[in-house]
Amino acid sequence: MFLSIVSYGLAVGAVYALIGITYNVMFSASRVFSFTAGMLGMLGGVLGALFINKLGINAALAFVLVLACGAALGIVTEILTVRPVLKSVEQHLYVLSTLAFALMIQQVVAIEFGTEAYPFPVLIPIDANSIWGIVDQKFWLPVLACAVTIAGLEFLYRKTLIGRAFLAIAEDSYAARALGLPETRLRMASYALAGVIGALAGFTGAQMLLAFIGNQAILNFYGFVPVALGGMGSNRGAVIGGLALGLFQQAANFLVGGIFAAVAVFAVFIVVLLLRPEGLAGAATARRV
Amino acid sequence: MTDTTAPLQARAAGTGWLGRLEGKVSWIALGLAGMLLPLLDDSYIGVIAQRAYIYWVLSAGLNLVVGYAGQIAIGWVSMLTLGAYTTAALAAGNVGDPWHPYLALLASGVVGAVFGVVVGLPALRLRTFYFAMTTLGFATIVTQVALAWKSVTGGGVGTPGPVFPAPFDPGWGFYYFCFLLAAIATWMTANLASSRYGRALIAVRDAEVAAEASGVAKPKLLMMVFLLAGALGGVAGGLFSSLQSYITPDAFTFEMSVLFFIGILIGGRGSILGPALGTLLLTVLPEFAAPLVQWSTFLYAALLLLIVLVIPGGIADLLDYKNRRPLEQHREIAPRPDLLPRLLGERRSGELLSLRGIELSFGGVRAIAGIDLEIRPGEVHGLIGPNGSGKTTTLNVISGYYAPQKGEVRLGTALLPPGAPHLRAPHRIARTFQTPRLIGAASVLENVMLGGTIDGHGSFAESLLTLPRHRRDEVQLRESAMLALATVGLESLANVRADRLQHSELRFVEIARALMLRPACLMLDEPAAGLSAEEIRRLGALIKAISRAGTAVLLVEHHADLIFDICDRVTVLNLGKVLAAGTPAEIRSHREVVSAYLGA
Repeated sequence: MFLSIVSYGLAVGAVYALIGITYNVMFSASRVFSFTAGMLGMLGGVLGALFINKLGINAALAFVLVLACGAALGIVTEILTVRPVLKSVEQHLYVLSTLAFALMIQQVVAIEFGTEAYPFPVLIPIDANSIWGIVDQKFWLPVLACAVTIAGLEFLYRKTLIGRAFLAIAEDSYAARALGLPETRLRMASYALAGVIGALAGFTGAQMLLAFIGNQAILNFYGFVPVALGGMGSNRGAVIGGLALGLFQQAANFLVGGIFAAVAVFAVFIVVLLLRPEGLAGAATARRV
Repeated sequence: MTDTTAPLQARAAGTGWLGRLEGKVSWIALGLAGMLLPLLDDSYIGVIAQRAYIYWVLSAGLNLVVGYAGQIAIGWVSMLTLGAYTTAALAAGNVGDPWHPYLALLASGVVGAVFGVVVGLPALRLRTFYFAMTTLGFATIVTQVALAWKSVTGGGVGTPGPVFPAPFDPGWGFYYFCFLLAAIATWMTANLASSRYGRALIAVRDAEVAAEASGVAKPKLLMMVFLLAGALGGVAGGLFSSLQSYITPDAFTFEMSVLFFIGILIGGRGSILGPALGTLLLTVLPEFAAPLVQWSTFLYAALLLLIVLVIPGGIADLLDYKNRRPLEQHREIAPRPDLLPRLLGERRSGELLSLRGIELSFGGVRAIAGIDLEIRPGEVHGLIGPNGSGKTTTLNVISGYYAPQKGEVRLGTALLPPGAPHLRAPHRIARTFQTPRLIGAASVLENVMLGGTIDGHGSFAESLLTLPRHRRDEVQLRESAMLALATVGLESLANVRADRLQHSELRFVEIARALMLRPACLMLDEPAAGLSAEEIRRLGALIKAISRAGTAVLLVEHHADLIFDICDRVTVLNLGKVLAAGTPAEIRSHREVVSAYLGA
C-alpha cells in the first residue's frame, strides 16, 4: 500500500507540478493568470488518444504533434484573450477572458470526442520483466517529464540569452521594453512554451488519468494549488508543492477515503491562503495609495 | 440663509412620483407577465418559467457579489448543488427521519448561508484570480463529494427531489411559489442595492481606498453579502431539486455557473433589472433554438469572451441613454462657503491632531525619519516640500494606510490605531486623494452620499426590508449630500455619472464627499493640481472657510501661492524630516527652505 501511495502520489504530483509551471510561465510573461492551464493538460491526453488510437499515428510522432498543438493553442490564447486585456488588468473582469476561451475549447472537445473517459495507449513497449518495468511507465513518465522540464527551464533561464530576456520581462516589463526587448514576441513565445509544458503534462499523465474531458476542471484547480501555496512565479515552489499535494491526496485517499481527501485538500488550501495570502514562499506586496 | 437654500431641498426630494413610476414600469410589466402566465395554461412554458425564476433567486444574490461588490465568484453553482442535496436528502430521510419539505428548504437556505461565508472568506484577503479559483475549486469538490458520499446523495445514481405539499404543490402552485420567491429576492436585493450598503459595495469594487476612507468595513460588509447570496443560492437549490424531481451530480455542471455569470454581466454590473432580464433571457432562449442546444455552452462562453473584451458595461450601459445626453459645455464651479455652517453644524469645538516621532521605512528607504506635527482646529496647515520628501506618506500614516514603525497619531486625546484606514472616519478624519478616487459608474450624488456612510443607523437587515430607519437614513443622507454638493458648487451635476465630469470637478466632488463626514480634520492631497487660476482662487476661499468652521485642515500642495495665501501655518519637509515650521511669512524668508525648495 505504501508503495502504491508513493508511486501514484508522486506521479499525480508531477502532473500537478507541470500544470503549476504552466500557470507560472504564463503569469511571468504577462501578469495574467490564465485559466487555460487545465485545458492544455486535458488536451494533452485527449489529443494523444485521438492521434494514436483513432488515427493510428506512431507514438513518437503523436507526441510531437500534441506538443505542437499545445504551442499553437498557447499562441492563440495570448493573441485572443491576453493581449486585449493587458491594459485593463486593474479591472476585475479581465480574468474571465481566458476562462471563456478554455470553456469554448472544452465544449468543442465535448462535442467532437464525447464526454466519457478513454483509455490511453501504452507509449513505450517495455518488457515488464526488464529493469525499466519494475515501476509502471504510467508512474515514471510524468515524473521524468517534470524533471526534464524543470532542468530545461533552469537551463533556459540561467544560460541562454532568450531565457534572460524572459526573466527581464517577468521582472519589469516597462524597463525591458525600454531596453529594446520585443515584449510582445517574447510574451507569445512564453505562451507557446506554456502550451508545450501543459500538453506534456497531459500526454505523459494520461495513462494514469485517462483521456478525459473532466480532467480540465480538476487539473485547473489542483494545478493551481501548488502555485498558490508555493508563491506565484516560483517553479521550484510549484514542483515541491505539486509533489506534496499528490502524496497528501493519495495518502488521504487510501487512509480516509475520497470525500475527505478532496475536502482536506480544499481546507488546507483555504487555510494556508488566509494565513499567508502571498503563499508560503512569496513576499508580501506593498499597497499603493 | 434659509431662503437661499430652500430650492435645494425640493431637488433633493427626488423627481416626483411620475419619475419614480417611470423607473418601476419595467418591474410592474415583468410582475404582471409572471402573474398572468398561468392563463396560457401551457405546462411546458410553466416549467421553463419555473427554472428561470429559480435561477434568478440564485443570481439575484450572486448579482450583489459579482455586479456590485465586483468579486469574481465564478463557481457559485456550488450553492445550488448544496441546496439541492440538502433539501432532497433531508426530505427523503437519507439523514435521520424525513423532514417536512418546507423545513428542508429552509435548511438549504441555512446551509447555503454558511457555505457562502466559507467560500467568501478568501475574498477578503486574496486577489481576484485566487478568489475566482477558490470558488471554482469549491464547485469541483462539492461535485466530487456528491459522487462519493453515496449514503446521503445516492452517488452517481442520485436521489429523488421532494414534492412540496399544497398550497405550493407541483404545477401552478409550485410555479407561484418560485415566482413569489424570485419576487422577494428581487425586492430585497434592490432595496439593499439602493441603500448605503449597496453604495459601499460598488465603492469596494471601483474605489476601495475611498471606501475605506469613508469608514466602510469591507470584511463585515462582504461577509453579510456572501451570507445573503449563499442563502439565496441554497434556497434556489432546494427549489431546483423539486423541479428536477430527481437529482444527480451531472445536473450541476460548471456551465450553469457560467450561465449565471453571463446573465449578470450581460445585464450590466451595478444594476438589478439588467441581470434579471439577462438571466430570464439566457434560460428561455435555448428552449426556442433546439438545434443549437448542443452548442449552447460554447455560445455562452463565446458571449462571455465578447462581453469581457467589447462591452464590459453590459446592456444596462448600452441602454443608459440618459447619461449620453450632452452636458452643458462651459460649466463653472461656484462654491458657496456660506452653506458650510449648515452642513457642518455651528459652534463646533475642534480637536487637535498631533503626530509624535513618526518613523516609517520601506525596506531600506526611510520615507519618514521622525516627524512631529500639530494641526489645530480652525487653521489651515500647509505641508510642502520637494517630491519624495514624505508629504503624501505622512498623510497616509494619519489616515491609516501605512502603519509607522515608531511614533503615534492622536486626535485630541484619542490614540488612532496604526494601519486601520476604515477606523479614521468614526474619528471624523476625512481626506481627498492625489488622483481623485471616485466611482465612475455611480452618480455624483451617490459618490457624495458614500462619504456619510458611517452616519447611517439602519442595519443590513433593515435595509434589506426597507424598514423605517433605513428610509430615514436615505432621506437624510440625500439631503446632506445635496447640501455638500451645493457647498462646493456642483449641485447641478448631482445626477450625472461621475466619469463624465471634468478633472477639476472631480476634485470638488471629493471635497464634498469628505465634508459629508463633518470632519474634525480634513486632509487635502494636492487639491489644486490641474485647476485653473480662477478655480484655485475659489478653492482657496472654500478651504479657508472650512477651517474657520472649526475644522483642522492639512493641505499638501505644490502651488506656493495658494499655500502662502490661505495657510495659517506651514511645515516644510525634506528627506522625511521637518526642515522648517512656522507662519507663512517666516517660511518665505527661511534661507534653507528657499534654497531647497522655493527657489530665489
